[in-house]
Amino acid sequence: MVKRIAWRAATVVEVRAETPSARTLVLDVPEWGGHLPGQHVDIRLTAEDGYQAQRSYSIASAWSAESGRVEVSVQRLADGEVSPYLTDVVETGDQIEVRGPIGGWFVWRQTSTAPVVLVAGGSGVVPLMAMIRARGLAGGRQPFRLIYSVRTPEDALYADELRRRAREDAGLDVHFVYTRKAPDDWPVPPRRLDVAVINSHGWPADFEPDCYVCGPNTFVETVADILVALGHDPKRIRTERFGGA
Amino acid sequence: MSIISRGFGGRRREPSPDLPPGQYLAHDFPVLSAGPTPRIPLDRWHFSIVTETGEKHTWNWAEFTALPAEEFTVDIHCVTKWSKLGTSWKGVSLDTLFEDVETAGDYAMAHSYGGYTTNVPLEDLLDGKAWIAYEYDGEPLHPEHGGPARLLIPHLYFWKSAKWVDGLRMMHEDEPGFWEDAGYHMYGDPWREQRYHGD
Ligand SMILES: Cc1cc2nc3c(=O)[nH]c(=O)nc-3n(C[C@H](O)[C@H](O)[C@H](O)COP(=O)(O)OP(=O)(O)OC[C@H]3O[C@@H](n4cnc5c(N)ncnc54)[C@H](O)[C@@H]3O)c2cc1C
Repeated sequence: MVKRIAWRAATVVEVRAETPSARTLVLDVPEWGGHLPGQHVDIRLTAEDGYQAQRSYSIASAWSAESGRVEVSVQRLADGEVSPYLTDVVETGDQIEVRGPIGGWFVWRQTSTAPVVLVAGGSGVVPLMAMIRARGLAGGRQPFRLIYSVRTPEDALYADELRRRAREDAGLDVHFVYTRKAPDDWPVPPRRLDVAVINSHGWPADFEPDCYVCGPNTFVETVADILVALGHDPKRIRTERFGGA
Repeated sequence: MSIISRGFGGRRREPSPDLPPGQYLAHDFPVLSAGPTPRIPLDRWHFSIVTETGEKHTWNWAEFTALPAEEFTVDIHCVTKWSKLGTSWKGVSLDTLFEDVETAGDYAMAHSYGGYTTNVPLEDLLDGKAWIAYEYDGEPLHPEHGGPARLLIPHLYFWKSAKWVDGLRMMHEDEPGFWEDAGYHMYGDPWREQRYHGD
């Protein structure tokens, strides 16, 4: 029997600033049965007069039955309708409506042994972080490489956690690409993510890695095209487009 | 009952009776695809309809673009919540393509270059409700948006309008396509908000 994915009233149990313009909401969702890394939820807001707005947000956390929590990380778009509400207005104790988990394609499964290339642009790191966390939680040995493109060092979500995980886990590489402003001690000037970066910091196509690309539409288009040009099988390239230009 | 979101007024820039529930107006043309964009050279392009008995009708690019085409303006609604009103297209009506096809199948599976599939009832393809479109806004359809040609079924969520379409296979029974297998609705009516399985 098909079960309806119902809207549930989730309680915000913790709020964490990730960057000056992005925030993580830790949600307690009643009867949440777990999720796979890469899946998303839909969030629905309702105004006093009944007007509603819905948007999708990737799940940032790995599922664990003990915590039972669901985390989302939201990047503020200054002229946006929903994201500024989630980054600036919502407080601990508030309730928001959530449905999910949604999506069965842009997911990483622990049973897969293939090496993995993750390429993130901006807040596109969120579902990829869930994959890294899920692998960490399960003690997975699959070789993971993350290439993470951000405008400036201040824009990187989860930067400390990523560096710590990469340090402590020989199976995880993390490479940052800065497109506007690099840290002072960074070896190269700011630049766009290009073929050379993906070639040197991803896995060769011969290794047949599973590739996950997530971020704004144009970013995803560009990276997916580069991966195809580098010989990766299009069927192994999974994309999630967050919108925007 | 929905819970009120404290302090949420909404921006509701353009309230519109033409917007199905849960949708908002987009001014750009967002993209939803599961993988990279296939680039299909026109001299290798073809489109075919295969009936449940295996009978195959095929058109190459020259034959296809020689068919009578229609210019039409429709609203489109993506399951990721954006809608775009009054988009203009040029394409061949599926009524034209089905003219000489004899089928008892009630459902079609649309197939695309790149391997994607999506299922649609035949009645949703006929009677002026669907096209194979190859121009958008007076220009050849860009690959990101499904060019050289895509299915266009504006009254269903936009994932049913298979990009890079290369054929339809007729079936007696409804079967899930690629997105439907990944949890999206079998039919996908935006006015009834049939986004996901069970909606
Ligand atoms: C499957 C999926 C998962 C997503 N996961 C996340 C996530 O984990 N974290 C997150 O912060 N966002 C995520 N998004 C994007 C999110 O759903 C919203 O689109 C985003 O928060 C903007 O909503 P808004 O109401 O603030 O802006 P809107 O009012 O919808 O838009 C305001 C303006 O911003 C533009 N715009 C819309 N989206 C983007 C974008 N992504 N980048 C740049 N410009 C944009 C619009 O075209 C418009 O001009 C995801 C989207 C999808 C489809």
